Amino acid sequence: MLKLIGSRLLQMLLIMAVVSLVIFAIFDSDKFKKQIAVAELGGFAVSALSDQDYQAWLDRKGLNVPFYDRYFKWVAGVARGDLGRSYEKSEPVSQLLAKRLINTGMLAFWVFALMVPLSLTLGIIAGMKEGSVRDRAVSFIAVLTTSLPEIATAIVLTVILALGLRWVPANSAMVNGWDWRQLILPVLTLVLYDFGYVARMTRASMAEVMTSQYIRTAVLKGLPYRRVILRHALRNALIAPFTIIVLQLNWILSGVVVVEVFFQYAGFGQLLLDAALFGDVYVIQAATLVAVFIAVLSQIISDIGYTLLNPRIRFS
Amino acid sequence: MAEPVPVLECRNLSVSYFTRAGAIPAVVDFNLKLMPGEAHGIVGESGCGKSTVALAIMNYMGKNGAITGGEILFEGRDMRTMTQEELRRLRGSQIAMVYQEPMASLNPSMRIAEQLAEVPLYHEGVTRSEALARAERMLAQVRLPDPQRIMNSYPHQISGGQQQRVVIAMALLSKPKLLLLDEPTTALDVTVEAGIVELIKEISATFGTSLIYISHNLGLILETCNRLTVMYSGEAVEAGDIRTVFNTMRHPYTRGLFNSIPLPGADKNARPLVAIRGQLPLPHARPEGCYFGPRCDHFLAGTCDRRPLPMVPVEPGSSHNVRCARFRDIDWERAKPKPIERAPVTAGGIVLNVEDLTKHYTVESGALLIKAKKTVKANEKITFRAREAETVAIVGESGCGKSTFAKVLMGLENATGGKIGLGELDLANLPVQRRDESTISRLQMIFQNPFDTLNPSHTVGAQIARVIKKFGVERDPRKIEERLYQLLDIVKLPREFAKRRPRQLSGGQKQRVGIARAFAGDPKIVIADEPVSALDVSVQAAVTGLLMDIQRENRTTLLFISHDLSVVRYLADRVVVMYLGQIMEKGTTEQIFSPPYHPYTEALLSAVPIADTNVKKRKIVLQGELPSPSNPPKGCPFSTRCPYVMKGICDTAPPPQREFAPRHVIACHLDEATLLAMKPVITIEPATIEPQTA
Ligand code: SF4
Ligand code: SF4
Repeated sequence: MLKLIGSRLLQMLLIMAVVSLVIFAIFDSDKFKKQIAVAELGGFAVSALSDQDYQAWLDRKGLNVPFYDRYFKWVAGVARGDLGRSYEKSEPVSQLLAKRLINTGMLAFWVFALMVPLSLTLGIIAGMKEGSVRDRAVSFIAVLTTSLPEIATAIVLTVILALGLRWVPANSAMVNGWDWRQLILPVLTLVLYDFGYVARMTRASMAEVMTSQYIRTAVLKGLPYRRVILRHALRNALIAPFTIIVLQLNWILSGVVVVEVFFQYAGFGQLLLDAALFGDVYVIQAATLVAVFIAVLSQIISDIGYTLLNPRIRFS
Repeated sequence: MAEPVPVLECRNLSVSYFTRAGAIPAVVDFNLKLMPGEAHGIVGESGCGKSTVALAIMNYMGKNGAITGGEILFEGRDMRTMTQEELRRLRGSQIAMVYQEPMASLNPSMRIAEQLAEVPLYHEGVTRSEALARAERMLAQVRLPDPQRIMNSYPHQISGGQQQRVVIAMALLSKPKLLLLDEPTTALDVTVEAGIVELIKEISATFGTSLIYISHNLGLILETCNRLTVMYSGEAVEAGDIRTVFNTMRHPYTRGLFNSIPLPGADKNARPLVAIRGQLPLPHARPEGCYFGPRCDHFLAGTCDRRPLPMVPVEPGSSHNVRCARFRDIDWERAKPKPIERAPVTAGGIVLNVEDLTKHYTVESGALLIKAKKTVKANEKITFRAREAETVAIVGESGCGKSTFAKVLMGLENATGGKIGLGELDLANLPVQRRDESTISRLQMIFQNPFDTLNPSHTVGAQIARVIKKFGVERDPRKIEERLYQLLDIVKLPREFAKRRPRQLSGGQKQRVGIARAFAGDPKIVIADEPVSALDVSVQAAVTGLLMDIQRENRTTLLFISHDLSVVRYLADRVVVMYLGQIMEKGTTEQIFSPPYHPYTEALLSAVPIADTNVKKRKIVLQGELPSPSNPPKGCPFSTRCPYVMKGICDTAPPPQREFAPRHVIACHLDEATLLAMKPVITIEPATIEPQTA
């Protein structure tokens, strides 16, 4: 197990190194450099700049050395805990990132807090009796909400809850400080989009367990139905969805982009999009590292959890 | 004294499954009366409805099954009128069940202690510690060594035989009145099976439990039951006292079944088996009138093709019933099928010479952090020879190394040592990729599972033709086609089957295709790995017969790998008995089946159930389980279970190989006098009541 975790972490470092190098190479183009200059000096000033002055500016910014030089400098910085400065927002990347991650973490927390119990319960209820009315109802809703793109869900929710009923604000920019009511729409959108998938997986897993021979044994032992479900079926039925839920951690990092941008929520996804459009290479780098880290972390958690839930693996 | 109430009574029970295609009757008009302490066997082939009967008694038929008629009375109370709660209280406490697949029937993620303790906990409301104590005592009663350890294990941590004992313990915990056993030993090795059967008999004696024993194996039923019902295609066709039915069967299907199983006395040359022709009808394609009609030699139009066809007593008032319109018209003495005698085949020169063949594997084991390397000695110094036209059987239970041997022979694995001489060639280290076409074509294989070895997307004809082309038997497309049809004729399949795909064939038909393919390249040697054990009893005889006919015709050497000593006795010329990768005994079939025996052969012979009331067996029940091949005992591999074991000798030094007659070798430490003094395991008592029917 430790060996597995070790190798996963090693893998992670390798991926980080390669990906960050590629990103540096991509954002090395003249177009992006000019964009940065425009952002800093203003479009007018840049076009007025002589070639020589522009070169001098690049020199000052450290932009006219080959990208691998910059890369190694950056790597050395990262090793010291310095992620560089954002060109766009002229803030240390680490500060910027921390703020945004906390916001997105908040969002993710609520999404999970609602989505996991909801989808597991619905999935289990549906899978308990395959083909029953409850099963078909759950399956229908799950397919419907998952097949709607996030943007559509977001629009529909905004129109109904914010513009129509005026229960919640339509915008989540939180310009006047933290406001939980502004969190509702993004959370709802993500939950609606995501729960169907997990619920369907849980349903399939539960339905399979219910047809297994050991459930037959449990029923024919004369156990009360509650006991059959809670003690015999549940644990085995949760093995598969557990892995999927943990992998949703990973999904949410990219899944939030649309929602954050739509609701103008100052989170990680929005930061990433801004940085990508701007060519704010240090921000992109840092965000990538975080994404890779989360991906590997969720993989490790799912491995460990799977082993703990499944004695056949634990003891073999 | 009042008439005792039957424990269970099924009256005109009918069960159907509802599918999109409509209702499919799975069991029709089934009657059974089980008195306290009685053991009732239900025999039949797959799809005959025997398991459905058990599940109907348990009232557990899934969401598309239902009882469509008749009643099931448990101690006089109709189970169909019970509420769910009443049923629940019966299940597991009054009626308990043991299943075919012990591994699948136990919850993989719960400890055994927990799964056992539930029963008294929920049925008798005892305290948790009392429930656990009872569970542990019951484990000891089903003869499990070290109950404490088993209690704390998960199901996958114990062997199949142990799992089945756990399931039996679970069933017995509340002292049920009725125990349903659905093929409880089919998934187990034969010496392990013998132990379980012994246990079941003991249980019904000590606890007075009534049994319903469901099996496809007539011999097992004879060993365990007082009464018997034979089922065919959803119906009971014959029922009665076990000895009466075995000795004076009055239904053509029962007769057919007995003729198609190899009993002692059957002989491939003088008294070959007689197969039942045709195959089981599908449930929605049952014929009018008697379901057995199309396969019955006594079919009479106008009589057999109409309904009703009730079960009637053979004699007025007798409890021996049959469902046959003509059983009184059939002359049961004269109507015995005449087997076609065949002249014995004389073996030719040596074609295969296996010498000291050894195959070791290294496996990595160990949990989480600690890794250990282990050597599995799958084959250890295997030496034997096979002659032209000879049938050599390799017998043994799981882990004995017979499949590994086949793999090495086929070139799928390299040997660790020794050699396999095929003519001038040594095959031991010649993987299949490096063998030339002619070597490959000389050595062909028939697999146990015909389902897995045929390519589902190609027609049968294309698959056989490929082999013909590949081995260069024929090149001209017309000639290939001719050869293909010839092969289909030989395996007795209609020529239009060439255009069919595997999924359109039944199990027996697929195995015929497998045989046709194996013989397409005119092989010298054919290895048949359990070729009939996945097939139904009535089809087995036909397929074995066919295999032997082709072999006889082509003078092929047949290496027949099997765990079934009855079949081996019937068709083999020579036998090699293996245990944990080593040869324990080898000799002619005659020599193996009569003393002196190797102690393992003796136990194996005693373990095989025989469906013949005239056969008397000496009982030798082995203790314990098969050791794992990765951790074999020191000295003699059989020393952990051998009834003759001599401490200090058998468990330290490997046994010597001694020749008792030319080419009859026994590997055992016992002195010659003891071995020679052994009594036969199987004796056939002269028929006293009735002439033997088979
Ligand atoms: S009823 Fe006719 S076809 Fe059926 S078993 Fe009897 S003789 Fe054969
Ligand atoms: S060598 Fe010993 S343990 Fe092995 S079979 Fe002979 S008597 Fe039994």
